[in-house]
Amino acid sequence: MSTASKKVTTNLSATPIEKKKRKYYLIPTYMAVVFYILFLGFPFIWMLSTSFKSPYELLQLKHSIIPDGLYWQNYTDIIEKRGLINSAKNSLVIALLTAGLTTLFTVPAAYAIARLRKIFSGIATGWILISQVFPVSLVIIPLFMAVRRLGLLDSIWGLVLVYLVASLPFSLWMLKGYVTSIPVDLEEAGAMDGASSFQILRRIVFPLLVPGIVATALFTFLNSWNEFFFALVLIQNPDNETLPLTLARFMGSEGQVLLGPLAAGAFLATIPSLVIFGVMQRKLASGLLAGAVKG
Amino acid sequence: MSNTAVKEVKLKKAKKSSKAKMYNRGAWMYALPAFIPLVLLSVVPLSQAVWTAFTDSVAGFNVKVSFIGFENFRRLAGDTLFWQSFRIGIIWAFSVTFLALFLGFGLALLLNQKLRFLGLMRVLSLVPWAMPPVIVAIMWNLLLRPQSGPIEGLFTFLHIPGAKTDWLGDFNTAFPTVILIGAWVGMPVITVSILAALQGIPTEMVEAAVIDGANAWQRFRYITVPAVRAITSALVALNIIWNFSSFGLVFVLTAGGPGGKTFVPALFAYNEAFKYGNFGYAASMGVVMALAIVGMLAIYLKASKREDTQR
Repeated sequence: MSTASKKVTTNLSATPIEKKKRKYYLIPTYMAVVFYILFLGFPFIWMLSTSFKSPYELLQLKHSIIPDGLYWQNYTDIIEKRGLINSAKNSLVIALLTAGLTTLFTVPAAYAIARLRKIFSGIATGWILISQVFPVSLVIIPLFMAVRRLGLLDSIWGLVLVYLVASLPFSLWMLKGYVTSIPVDLEEAGAMDGASSFQILRRIVFPLLVPGIVATALFTFLNSWNEFFFALVLIQNPDNETLPLTLARFMGSEGQVLLGPLAAGAFLATIPSLVIFGVMQRKLASGLLAGAVKG
Repeated sequence: MSNTAVKEVKLKKAKKSSKAKMYNRGAWMYALPAFIPLVLLSVVPLSQAVWTAFTDSVAGFNVKVSFIGFENFRRLAGDTLFWQSFRIGIIWAFSVTFLALFLGFGLALLLNQKLRFLGLMRVLSLVPWAMPPVIVAIMWNLLLRPQSGPIEGLFTFLHIPGAKTDWLGDFNTAFPTVILIGAWVGMPVITVSILAALQGIPTEMVEAAVIDGANAWQRFRYITVPAVRAITSALVALNIIWNFSSFGLVFVLTAGGPGGKTFVPALFAYNEAFKYGNFGYAASMGVVMALAIVGMLAIYLKASKREDTQR
């Protein structure tokens, strides 16, 4: 037995020939690494660099990544003159409300779906999947009519309502995965000790679910922060515009000339996403999979 | 343990589970707050959308709406512009999905190895995901500009012909360029999902294969591929659905141009509804698209099932 395992270890530690082979292998591998780093990162770096270039430098058409100097005026320009603060405020309010309400609605529902009888949770999961199949352009017409009937057209609340509905299925899906990963035994033990159904949810399930809830809420926040299409259809008044709308309008009208402020605004609009993704990179990925694999 | 003791334990267990089960009897009530809005604003609008497809509904208040049967669909069947856009949509959905799958799979394989710059790559691999579609459009616009873009600079520097190409405005390059950007956006979800599957492969399995003399290709073919098969087919199906009905990116990048080269059907339906106000006709396009997606999914699921049983 011991000799056998020894043999294995000697086999595993690569012989000089194999090591050479591995090195040889590394050249195309690192070429791929460089390709991916450039492909994924360069567009962002270029945007950041453009945001610090002065109009004069941009006109010179020299393609350097490092700007001549830090031209902060792009930032002050887009913030002060283009109403970016107001749209950022709108976006923030909408995203916070959506994330909060979605969490409030989906936590109990996800619990119910995960713990109830198979038939019920099967129907719910089926509907969640079906709702993904329908093209947004099909749903947007009746949604538009419904929001109009409620008198919420061109208002922040109408958008919150639509985002809430749009984010419910996915949020449920994600949270259900987290609930499933909590052992039922814990709840049964609670029930044995005489805890009521609500107490079990409040005292046992909820504390264990907090990381999952945070991940789901952040995900919902980001989705509404980034959303463009519903906002485009439902919002007309510039005062109620969200950040993506303002930037898109800016790109369409004057952006062709004012690349610097455009890049600056785009970079500012990405900061929340970058922060959230930076903090949560592992959590988000595992949360997405939690719904998919354990469901 | 004696027989009676076993019985006693079993009894206790049965008792416990029956009492434990009682507590989530009322659990369905928890689902209500989520399901009421979901039904009101997702089930109802969907059925309404399908109904609208059979009417002559147009934009505006207090317009009389009447049921016109299959008239919209009859008109749609003869609408060559729509079918042209439908074809573009199918090419778009499949090319973006498979290009993103190819690139994402490659990246996941790299991330699963012990390499330098791994941390940097891991963070970067999520960047496209964090970007709003509008920002993605702005970013790539800056990159691809025929006047000041760095791509032009690079092409000129390397003396590659076509440096002055207006990538998003040219008749021949617009569609492939938009597809590439679509794949860039779609990569992260694929990468992350496949990476998770790769990390689920037990190291002992790979070691055993090495000992048995399996070469890199054989290890890839008989360990890696089976491990990611399930998640890959799910990803392909989901991405085809998403891409076929998505148009946010195309809308901000090219708005369907140049010359309708990137006019995906979702954009077509959007224009019909909110530019020309033909709600009924636009809804019938949505219905046709939904049916197409269901059809594609059915074919795909059948094919992947057959592949599974053959194995």
